[in-house]
Amino acid sequence: MERIPILKMGDFLLVTIQVDLYDQLAENLETDLVNSVKKHNSKGVLIDISSVSIIDSFMGRILGNIGIMSRIMGAQSVIVGMQPAVAMTLVELGLTLTGVSTALNVEKGMELLRSKILLSEGQSDDYDNDTE
Amino acid sequence: MTTILSKEDFIIVKEQDVVPFRNKVKEAAVKIGMGILNQTKLITAASELVRNLLKYGGGGMVIIESVNNGRENGIRLIFADKGPGIADVSLAMKDGYSTGKSLGLGLPGTKRLVNEFDIQSTVGMGTTVTIIKWKNG
Repeated sequence: MERIPILKMGDFLLVTIQVDLYDQLAENLETDLVNSVKKHNSKGVLIDISSVSIIDSFMGRILGNIGIMSRIMGAQSVIVGMQPAVAMTLVELGLTLTGVSTALNVEKGMELLRSKILLSEGQSDDYDNDTE
Repeated sequence: MTTILSKEDFIIVKEQDVVPFRNKVKEAAVKIGMGILNQTKLITAASELVRNLLKYGGGGMVIIESVNNGRENGIRLIFADKGPGIADVSLAMKDGYSTGKSLGLGLPGTKRLVNEFDIQSTVGMGTTVTIIKWKNG
C-alpha cells in the first residue's frame, strides 16, 4: 500500500506531500501521523503541501482532523505552502480549515510551530504554579 | 448552442481510477488554455463528483468533452451512475446535508466551483450530473 513518508527531526515530525492525494492515501497519512506522534513523543507536526495541486472536501477534512488529533495528543501542527489556487478553491467550496494553523512556507511554519510549543508549555507551567 | 469539439469516455470502478481521471481532466483543461485557478476549481469539482459516483453510485462512467458556446471554449463533464439515485435532489443540494459521514459540502460546494451544474436523478435508476467550466468562467 502506498504511504507518505513521515520524517522525525528532534521533537518534530515533518511530512512533505509530493504526490497527488487520493482518499486512501490521505486516510493512511492521518493514521500514520497520529501513531508517529505517540511513538516519538513529538511536540510538533509540520505538513508541507506546496506540491499538492488539488484539495477537495474529503482531503481538506483529513487535514483538519490531523490538526485536531495532534492537539488532543498534545502536539502542535502547522500546514505550510498551500498554493493560491488551492486556497481560493477551498474557500469557495465552503471549507475553512478551522482549527488548522497555516503558514506561507516551511521556514515560517517552523517559526510558528516553535512559538506555539513555547506558548503551550508556558501555559502549562502557569497552570502548575496556580495550583501549587 | 453548445458544440462538442472533442469527447472521451472514462470508466470509474475503483478508487485507483480517480488520480488518472483527474489527470485526464487537467489535460483537457490545459489543452483549451484554461488558467490555473479555473483548472483547480474544475478538477476539485470533478474530484468531489467522482467520489459520489464511487461511494453512492457504485462506480460509473464520466464523459470528458471540450465544448464551445460560440464565444469561448470550456470543459463539460458528465458523471453517470446506475446507483440507487437521490430521493430528494433539492435536499442533497443544501449546504451541510449529508446521508453519509461527510461534511455535506460535496454537491452545493461543487456547484459554486463551476459555471453550469445540472443533476438528474431517478430512484432505482441512477444519477447523472453534468458540469461545465468555461475557459474564462
